[in-house]
Amino acid sequence: MNRIRMHMLVCGGTGCVSCDSTEVKDALVREIMEHGLENEVQVTITGCFGFCEKGPIVKVYPDNVFYVRVSPDDAKILVGEHVIKGRVVEKLLYGDTPSDIPFYKKQMRIALRNCGLIDPEKIEDYISVDGYEALGRVLTGMTPQQVIGVIKGSGLGGRGGGGFPTGLKWELTAKAAGDKKYVICNADEGDPGAFMDRSILEGDPHSILEAMAIAGYAVGADEGVVYIRAEYPLAVERLQKAINQAEAFGLLGDHILGSDFSFRVGINLGAGAFVCGEETSLMNSVQGGRGEPRIKPPFPSETGLWSKPTSINNVETFANICPIILNGAEWFSGIGTEKSKGTKVFALAGKINNVGLVEVPMGMRLGDIIYSIGGGVRGGKSFKAVQTGGPSGGCIPASMLDISIDYESLSETGSMMGSGGMIVMDEDDCMVNIAKFYLEFTVDESCGKCTPCRIGNRRMHEILSRITKGGGTLDDLEQLKDLGEIIKICSLCGLGQTAPNPVLSTLHHFYDEYEAHIVDKRCPAGACTELLRYTIIAEKCIGCTLCARSCPVPCISGERKKVHDIIQEKCIKCGICYKKCPVDAIERK
Amino acid sequence: MSGTKIKTLDELRKIRERSKAGTKLRLTGESGNRVTISVGMATCGIAAGARAVMGALIDSINENNLENVAVVATGCLGYCYAEPLVVVTVPEEKPVHYANVDEDLARKIIELHVIGGEIIGNSQLITDGLT
Ligand SMILES: Cc1cc2nc3c(=O)[nH]c(=O)nc-3n(C[C@H](O)[C@H](O)[C@H](O)COP(=O)(O)O)c2cc1C
Repeated sequence: MNRIRMHMLVCGGTGCVSCDSTEVKDALVREIMEHGLENEVQVTITGCFGFCEKGPIVKVYPDNVFYVRVSPDDAKILVGEHVIKGRVVEKLLYGDTPSDIPFYKKQMRIALRNCGLIDPEKIEDYISVDGYEALGRVLTGMTPQQVIGVIKGSGLGGRGGGGFPTGLKWELTAKAAGDKKYVICNADEGDPGAFMDRSILEGDPHSILEAMAIAGYAVGADEGVVYIRAEYPLAVERLQKAINQAEAFGLLGDHILGSDFSFRVGINLGAGAFVCGEETSLMNSVQGGRGEPRIKPPFPSETGLWSKPTSINNVETFANICPIILNGAEWFSGIGTEKSKGTKVFALAGKINNVGLVEVPMGMRLGDIIYSIGGGVRGGKSFKAVQTGGPSGGCIPASMLDISIDYESLSETGSMMGSGGMIVMDEDDCMVNIAKFYLEFTVDESCGKCTPCRIGNRRMHEILSRITKGGGTLDDLEQLKDLGEIIKICSLCGLGQTAPNPVLSTLHHFYDEYEAHIVDKRCPAGACTELLRYTIIAEKCIGCTLCARSCPVPCISGERKKVHDIIQEKCIKCGICYKKCPVDAIERK
Repeated sequence: MSGTKIKTLDELRKIRERSKAGTKLRLTGESGNRVTISVGMATCGIAAGARAVMGALIDSINENNLENVAVVATGCLGYCYAEPLVVVTVPEEKPVHYANVDEDLARKIIELHVIGGEIIGNSQLITDGLT
């Protein structure tokens, strides 16, 4: 008889694993064996809880106690106190109460429903939480048209960035003529800072396989491909295990659940190029060609992988499919806003207290995500902007914290939803520099096939570099705008068509910052080193010579007990004197 | 892993029922309105046989297929003379303390109190005046 009375779930997402969560698990198991409690307490590795800032996370059931920043050394006290004596270990709690955490209060987990709840390597765990029930119902009681009808009715839009209606995409693929069709899951996830797709695949791989099979049934495909970057080894490993298990259980393969429907899934590893997330490049890459896009139309739904009709969706899009089948289109369309339905997962990063993964209903106020869930800006600094949409998106300024998070509102600000990266910037971030950073990324990642993207973005990057070094002119700003607009219109694929966005949106919202760099030769955030000026405040200097002795050039004159001076022409702006001065007599502007 | 393939939706559902034993504790923990049964598991409780009591509670919950009942260990409640001590907390109701619980009473607590909703009067710890 099963007498397990307690489950201890240890986060096995990449973030926590890199903070030794595997060792935490091993230590807990050792401690439990030592006390002879292995028949009472079960330790399980699970998917990402999202609260990465506080990892490694250990959650204890059934009491629902949430421990943060657990180290292998804590295993002794956790077992000795909590497991054996039933006393909650307060020093490992987040806040005062075990389960009442603001980070989770406003979240709504649909795509992440099983992350942190089940063992991703055990198909039985997935089945126990209604896994493969949706596929079963589809195969035994619904026609492909009915499935498409439900997905259309739910209002689900693609989570890979574009928000294209998923049901419509399936319908187009279903209607396309062809004896062979494909379903592709796009797990390239190239946006810097985004890790929602990785977490879903690591924490709940079966949900993606099940949804792909449902898509296969709906569009008439018998083969699925997951395109995933090789930099996600843990996700690849768990996905492969999941495929093997599903095949062994007959949930993938021939005649699934006794029906006429057969479906197989294979994995294709990508080398991590951003452009390979673009669907036509992705298909070229799967076929062994270069990761270069082609002109659309024809769209993949007509001419896709190996020139066959192909339906391609993002990981998070797939993660929403089974709940929609089980709970109905109306349930899903009741969540969110008029036009943006359901929830969205965001990867919170940058200068925010609670770095991590959050899932919220569409329509939530931007400020609520940053303050209520994200815990506000790190170190008590002031909030300046949030970057959304990654290299294709833009920066939303502090004055717009009241906007609602949905596809339309984000686009109106000049940014976009994108895949869900949210990078918070504070007063120390220079917006010109940020724009330059993103452009540098797209310049690196441009495949070079079309001229506007290959050369245009490079020219924009050169102008930005010039501005951050103090050599810009006001004319440059007009040039940036013109070039940006042209690149957007003329580029071949989405990469080039959106690459100027970070520049255009910061130009729009932070024009004065660009001006300061050009006219005053000053970086208001103090981030562009070459514009910095270090000077010694004569009244404060005590003549200790520490700065002069630390200067690597050296360019600081001064004798003991006399006021020192920095020779500006020689200064390399390294900031060492500023850090060394014991009396704060050096000013940085 | 079993090599036998699932051939019908019914078979899948049967496997689901069996697999639920593996994740039930977690789902119970997530549920807001669960019945919590605390067993005093400090030194005094364990010495008096709390471990066997806890086992009997868990067995009985599993046998009766109860979904929303969580058994948790708790520290010393201060009534060492009355151990093993079991506290049943039904949402929105006052906690009920049972004293000197043995395996037999543990099963009755599940069957009469948790399922039947009837407090077993003569086994209650007198807590009037104490908090
Ligand atoms: C440069 C570029 C990179 C992209 N990267 C991704 C990506 O990493 N993951 C993704 O799902 N979609 C990405 N897309 C969008 C895909 O082309 C495609 O629209 C998407 O996979 C469709 O799935 P959805 O409808 O479920 O969103 C990218 C698009 C562009 C232009």
